[in-house]
Amino acid sequence: MIEQKQQEIIEEFAFFEEWMHKYEHIIELGKEMKGLTDDEKKDDLLVAGCQSKVWLKASLQENGTVNLEADSDAIITRGLVALVVSVFDNETPQDILNANIHFMNDIGLVSNLSQTRSNGLAAMVKQILLYATVFQAQQKSN
Amino acid sequence: MDNDTLQHKMRELKTQFPALNQTVYGRPLVYLDNAATTQKPQRVIDSISEYYSKWNANIHRGAHYLANASTEKFEATRTALAEMLHANFREEIIFTQGSTDSVNMLSTILENEVNEGDEIWVTEMEHHANFVPWQVLAEKKKAVFRYIPMTPSGEWDLEYAKKELGNKAKIVAFNYVSNALGTINPVHELIALAKNAGAYVVVDGAQAVGHFNINVQELNFDFFLFSAHKMYGPTGLGVLWGRRELLEKLPPYRYGGEMIKKVSVTGTTFNILPFKYESGTPNIEAVIAFSESISFCKEVGRENMHAHEYSLLKAATERLKEIEGAVVYADLQNKVGVLSFNIEGIHSADIGTLLDQQGVAVRTGHHCTQPLWEKLGTTGSVRASFACYNTIEEVELFIEALKKSVNMLR
Repeated sequence: MIEQKQQEIIEEFAFFEEWMHKYEHIIELGKEMKGLTDDEKKDDLLVAGCQSKVWLKASLQENGTVNLEADSDAIITRGLVALVVSVFDNETPQDILNANIHFMNDIGLVSNLSQTRSNGLAAMVKQILLYATVFQAQQKSN
Repeated sequence: MDNDTLQHKMRELKTQFPALNQTVYGRPLVYLDNAATTQKPQRVIDSISEYYSKWNANIHRGAHYLANASTEKFEATRTALAEMLHANFREEIIFTQGSTDSVNMLSTILENEVNEGDEIWVTEMEHHANFVPWQVLAEKKKAVFRYIPMTPSGEWDLEYAKKELGNKAKIVAFNYVSNALGTINPVHELIALAKNAGAYVVVDGAQAVGHFNINVQELNFDFFLFSAHKMYGPTGLGVLWGRRELLEKLPPYRYGGEMIKKVSVTGTTFNILPFKYESGTPNIEAVIAFSESISFCKEVGRENMHAHEYSLLKAATERLKEIEGAVVYADLQNKVGVLSFNIEGIHSADIGTLLDQQGVAVRTGHHCTQPLWEKLGTTGSVRASFACYNTIEEVELFIEALKKSVNMLR
């Protein structure tokens, strides 16, 4: 499922020939995302942020999948965060841990995710994997 | 020189900088991140290449032709720097790895001068590099870490300094020019206050040396430091100027080769200045190539550079104000070519991302001055900073790209 969602995003972005349209779409996604309340945007949910901040909330749902909610103070980062959330949301910890995340590079918005420290996306993905590890351990112990 | 002649003269400079003649994302590069680092003229690049092609040898050993030749070139830069800064003695010029390294060196060698209860002063405007080392030193020595506040207009609160900075002050460290705002600070007044208090005066000139001439004798401070790469020179090289009698008195910083006079199993004696502070093999090619940056600045004339950059700053500031919600920080007369701003309701990182897509390179964020932004009630800004090779057309491209970005983000 994660792979399928990534393919859908890649196809969606393939339509945009102009950089502007690509970014307009990202900005739109950022505006549409529900995000977190101001009360939730506290330091304990802050995953990173040198320039823009990213907050992430994760919980294990009764059906065994992970619920993700996130936000950012910068709109472009918020749009990218929305994409990351859409890929991982409602997936099992096992599927999240097994996933190969490549769509960021493929849509040409982040040239190298692991080196993009400034917008907090790399730290966000790392945090999601960390949550998945913990949730998986919880599932096994139950 | 009238403005047209100046513009014409400056326009020719751009061709000397190969990195500026390229496109990014298919658009001509408009490089406005000069306060972070300046591009390098061809002569500096050639000098680095020539060093490795012809002169590479370890310096100050003198056993063969190449060693002598590279030593001579290396030391010629020290002489050029002494002349540039109007230093009394060439051995007052110490090569370091950069401004950050220079401050760390000072905060280490001044350690024994600070006692419990003494005060170490900085300003609220400092780059973290001239803030954190002093804060850590104060903690270590149980000294009191104090700072001169910044006013909302982006200037030092000198009235506060006049009242509070007294003879408990042991070290007073501050920047000549603010990296985040571009403010040229009234250093003469603060130097006088600090000197009256009997403190060591440390001046961070990283954002000054590329824009105006410095006379260390006239300014009467004790230490002055800067980085080569902010004045068209190589990275990884800094300069620390210190009064000879102080550098002679203070202990060494790093121990090792080069900095010793005699080593035996019973003890070691240290070399004379400047070698006492230059242990190990230095960044030889950078030092040698730096002489080309020094002569470049001298030939163009820093007064011309500043006048040109200032005219670009004024034009950009005026155009920026056309944009609804534009907030300009430190909108002052006494500035270098740094335009620090925000657009209300838009994150600086978003503007930076969209400007980048249009070929315009700026810096966004806190610029390593978090206390400053806390004072201004925000977390950072967009910073466009001009150098001698920027043009009025680039100011236009920047403003147009900015308007487009703002429209997309609103």
